[in-house]
Amino acid sequence: MRLSRLSRTTLAVVAGLILVIVYVPLGVVLVNSFSTSTSLSWPPPGFTFEWWQRAFQSAGAMEAVGTSVFVAIIATAIALVLGTLISFALQRFDFFGRHTVNLLVILPIALPGIITGIALNNFFRTIMGVPLSIWTVIIAHATFCIVTVFNNVIARLRRTGTKLEEASADLGAGVWTTFRLVTFPQLRSALLAGGLLAFALSFDEIIVTTFTAGSGVTTLPIFILNNMFRPNQAPIVSVIAVVLVLVSIIPIWLAQRLSGDEQQRR
Amino acid sequence: MTMNATAPASARGEASGPPDPDPAGSATGGAPKRGIPRPKSTPARRGSVFLSAHPRVRLGFLLAAPLFWLGLVYVVALAALLVTAFWSVNSFTGEITTEWTLDNVITVLTGSLYQTVTFRTIGVALLVTIIDVALALPIAFYMAKVASPRARRILVIAVLMPLWASYLVKAYAWRSVLSQDGILEWVLAPFGLHTPGYGLPATVITLSYLWLPYVILPIFAGLERVPDSLLEASADLGGKTWPTIRHVVFPMALPAIIAGTIFSFSLSLGDYITVNIVGGASQMLGNLVYTNVGAANNLPLASAIALIPIAIIFGYLALVRRTGALDNL
Repeated sequence: MRLSRLSRTTLAVVAGLILVIVYVPLGVVLVNSFSTSTSLSWPPPGFTFEWWQRAFQSAGAMEAVGTSVFVAIIATAIALVLGTLISFALQRFDFFGRHTVNLLVILPIALPGIITGIALNNFFRTIMGVPLSIWTVIIAHATFCIVTVFNNVIARLRRTGTKLEEASADLGAGVWTTFRLVTFPQLRSALLAGGLLAFALSFDEIIVTTFTAGSGVTTLPIFILNNMFRPNQAPIVSVIAVVLVLVSIIPIWLAQRLSGDEQQRR
Repeated sequence: MTMNATAPASARGEASGPPDPDPAGSATGGAPKRGIPRPKSTPARRGSVFLSAHPRVRLGFLLAAPLFWLGLVYVVALAALLVTAFWSVNSFTGEITTEWTLDNVITVLTGSLYQTVTFRTIGVALLVTIIDVALALPIAFYMAKVASPRARRILVIAVLMPLWASYLVKAYAWRSVLSQDGILEWVLAPFGLHTPGYGLPATVITLSYLWLPYVILPIFAGLERVPDSLLEASADLGGKTWPTIRHVVFPMALPAIIAGTIFSFSLSLGDYITVNIVGGASQMLGNLVYTNVGAANNLPLASAIALIPIAIIFGYLALVRRTGALDNL
């Protein structure tokens, strides 16, 4: 297939247009964070730094960021362990019920969040009799984060095969030594990519969180939802959003560099 | 290749001694000078040997923790929810009565409110999915097959970045874009047009916007896997652009496209927060579930409503399973 110059240009223009549409709302948020209007009217009536100052002085916002980071780190750690184990099982073995296990991993993300949310809420409170707390949020997040780690690791396992591990075993290395020196280095970047996605997923989750968070637990999305419709807080939400997008450049750049390295090595 | 090199690791455990590269050494009867020392028999070593000889035990170790977690936390929770749909709530005490009844399910299946909302939700989810695929295909194709490697990397970053902006903030951004004194009205007013305001169209726009990166990424990954050599072969055989896309690219990218639709469809089906933010007064299934769990405190009815999206998603997953879409998520 050879694309004519015209169709190449058309495609480029369409792709560019879509990206513009994607970025306009984010741009509006950026502008709103400097606007003197609290009702987000356009064009902005005036310019102010007030919201930026208030956002960085807002104890509630800072605490919410801390809570979200804590939840996301632990949920990601659990997801990394469970996701890696299950991808080894599904990739290296053929067993009865393999497809069911595969479906089971995908289900928490394939089913709408509200179903996972009320199911877990009912499970914790009625069946287990545990009060909702930050740990119930972590358990819920880890459950749907497994799939991102699983996807990345199983894709890597499919590509690397078992030759190097067999060679390692033939040379007398035990299971643990082989994992430490041969398998893990091959998986490292896949684990990082999966971990980053899991972190992002947990950091941004609102629906399941609403149903599993104890009364004192305020993650950043819950903080945003609580403050979004308060006139004097709405611009602070815009500031938080801008900061989040700017900070997100770091992990994306990291992930890109990693995958770039991979491609060069191949 | 010799037999030795291809023998599986498990077949050569502790028992087979180290190969002796120096026959003269063994002929003298003493320890071979350049031989590989036999590994020490420590508990860890014996464990390794046992594991490599018993793949089923290995599998058991791998599966135990994840299956325990998913089974206990997820399957039990989901099963309990399904069971609750067949119980009822005592209207005086608000306690759940554990007597089997089909009332909730019948209410949900026959009530006109639930039917309307179900069709509305499915309609919104389908529309969002169609819009997202229509937008994702050209940009994913451009990224995978037309752009230079450098441009591709920049585009991937450009597509990924909005994913990290909070879901709520993006919905909120559309609330301000679509509002009566928002930027859209400001842009459209000179042309005599108006913003759609808050309602179902706003919901469809916002949901399409929110899930677009989730649809672009799998399709991009799928298109990237279509080898360029196949496209060249098609061109060499006289295939024009459209026939090539239809007969070569599309069939190979289909599982990835379907994987993308699972995201947009399922995420739209259960959403209630976006509808609250930009949907005006319109309700979706998620809203009905939410009010019945919260304000109405009727978990059995909420579970019965939740059965609808569960059934739809399972149906969809079963339908697309054969295409291999689930491996592309």
